Amino acid sequence: MLTKRIIPCLDINNGRVVKGVNFVDLKDAGDPVQIAAAYDKAGADELVFLDITASSDNRDTVTDMVEKVAENVFIPFTVGGGIRTVEDFRRLLRAGADKISINSSAVNNPELIGEAARVFGSQCVVVAIDAKKRADDSGWNVFINGGRIDTGIDVISWVKKTVALGAGEILLTSMDADGTKAGYDVPLTRAVVKNCTVPVIASGGAGTIKHFYDVLTNAKADAALAASLFHYKELEIVDLKEQLTQMGLYMRIS
Amino acid sequence: MVAVIDYNAGNLKSVCNLLKKLQTDAVVVKDADSIRRADKVILPGVGAFGDAMTNLTQSGLIPVIGEVIAANKPFLGICVGLQLLFEGSEEDPDIAGLGILSGQIRKIPDGSQLKIPHMGWNNLKIKTGASLFQGIDNGAYVYFVHSYYPDVTDKDIVAATTEYGITLDVSIERGNLFGCQFHPEKSGDIGANIVQNFLDL
Repeated sequence: MLTKRIIPCLDINNGRVVKGVNFVDLKDAGDPVQIAAAYDKAGADELVFLDITASSDNRDTVTDMVEKVAENVFIPFTVGGGIRTVEDFRRLLRAGADKISINSSAVNNPELIGEAARVFGSQCVVVAIDAKKRADDSGWNVFINGGRIDTGIDVISWVKKTVALGAGEILLTSMDADGTKAGYDVPLTRAVVKNCTVPVIASGGAGTIKHFYDVLTNAKADAALAASLFHYKELEIVDLKEQLTQMGLYMRIS
Repeated sequence: MVAVIDYNAGNLKSVCNLLKKLQTDAVVVKDADSIRRADKVILPGVGAFGDAMTNLTQSGLIPVIGEVIAANKPFLGICVGLQLLFEGSEEDPDIAGLGILSGQIRKIPDGSQLKIPHMGWNNLKIKTGASLFQGIDNGAYVYFVHSYYPDVTDKDIVAATTEYGITLDVSIERGNLFGCQFHPEKSGDIGANIVQNFLDL
């Protein structure tokens, strides 16, 4: 039986893992390979590395990091952050990444989705979406540039478009829930899952085991992502998976 | 020496990284002589059946692959590498496979709740005594990402299956010819053990 996936997200700045809230006050949190290996050992099903380096001059640093991670960690991992071209995809996939995530560049250049899917296969193309509820509560809008710009695009229509273009997976972050630890955004996630034929990873708001349970069952997300919850060891993946199994979910337990 | 065949069909790096981690002498090869000289051969592959088959044909390596398999050299096909061993695929009906194994590659049926591709960790029902799975518990999880699967004619050579709506044949063993539809190089410790079992043959 296919299991639900638990995915830690590592923010990377200049080739190092960092911790911080909303990209402010970043603290060095260690070597990506060591941390990735630790998460692998702790039972993570996949990893996401998000490069948040401000400067766009650090392509080689990220490529190096991907190579080293791929040499040492043997579970699937996704790399995102500042990816703009098919060449970026090629470079990172060749370095050993399994999937590449694009966010703002997908909105600014939707053809990139189809191009990358054609050349490398949809399974390599993850479209990451930051969504925030509209003021009139009628739905959610897609935001880009680190959540700073409201594109005015409805999230459901954007999801459908990306899948039609060839996206293999959606990484959905709720801006309303992110950082609150009050739970994933179940209504948003449910709406997206209902309108999406590819797997959906829920992101933003995880605080307790029950939050994971809710988004994986009520919203039917295929996977749940969290960052600080795992980084600060507020929740251990092993405990999370055991509990979720007892609550009736299929999880990969070693 | 383990030869990993490069025919421009992806995921070479992941396979080689794992072999390096397992401290095996592995070489990426594109020529027939290296394949003949190797003790064991791995045929990786991701992407579409048709593209992979076309690339393999262009590589000129089809005869030597047939040769080494017939000579019972240990051979492991991974993902599309396994699929190419069969007669053909619903993914690209106009392109014939190698026909070394009897069966067709079929599309995974999409039931009401099922997403295609079959992507993520699923558990294996392992045939007792299967060589690749020595020391691995029945029900172990491995990582899948595929939309097509091998429908093996002779079920006696099926070494493992998984459930995804229907029962999928996902590993074969016939003499020294092995195949995995899943990605052992992405399946953590279990995957490493599977590859180690192949290396230990």
